[in-house]
Amino acid sequence: MSSGRRSRQSSGSSRITDDQIIELVSKLRQLVPEIRERRSDRVSASKVLQETCNYIRNLHREVDDLSERLSQLLATIDADSAEAAIIRSLITQ
Amino acid sequence: MNLQSSSSNPNFLKLRFTKGFLRALMRIYRHRSKSSSSPREISQRYRRIKLAADASMALAVGSRRLWSRAVLWRIRNQVRNRHVFVKRVSSHAIKKRAQKKKEEQYHLAYDDQENKLRKLVPGGAAMDICSLLDEASHYINCLTTQVKMMRRIAEICS
Repeated sequence: MSSGRRSRQSSGSSRITDDQIIELVSKLRQLVPEIRERRSDRVSASKVLQETCNYIRNLHREVDDLSERLSQLLATIDADSAEAAIIRSLITQ
Repeated sequence: MNLQSSSSNPNFLKLRFTKGFLRALMRIYRHRSKSSSSPREISQRYRRIKLAADASMALAVGSRRLWSRAVLWRIRNQVRNRHVFVKRVSSHAIKKRAQKKKEEQYHLAYDDQENKLRKLVPGGAAMDICSLLDEASHYINCLTTQVKMMRRIAEICS
């Protein structure tokens, strides 16, 4: 890993080692909406990082929205249907 | 529990997360007061639910990952700081070394996007670039599972 860092500091173009490229490619596959639709083999590393950041931010926002929604639902739900909902969701795993 | 304990088995993770999260939800539900629909209560409950969701996922992953360890460490420190002052052993040297490593990682970043990613992934500030990418991909997988299960629970409860 230290050799990778040294090459990053010295040369401008070959800054990323093979391991990092493999990681980036596997990340590429995970980024569902943006890059998979692009269908180009040469997506820049900067673009991958940028889309990753956007995707994580979106997921955080979804967690916030769902927590808010659950908080309001818990106020209005009654005990019996809460238990039933719990059991049902556990069964339908 | 007799389950396949492979860390990459998605159903195992889903089950562990859902069990812990539902248990926390029931706890929060039982402790609600008479004025459970007041906006202040709703916002307080929102914070507790969000914390329960993040904690349940980090617990489901356990200490297998750097990001989950960072989340659990952060939660435990929040609880601790709320109570008595805890005497820290040899804190100064450790803090200096961690700070120096963080600054190094930020300075050597490939570009600014990398630093932004470090801020988004828990514990990402002190990781090297390979670990950062690896942890980020696992973190994204777990976040999508978390969102999926939370959405399912919300649909069932509504």
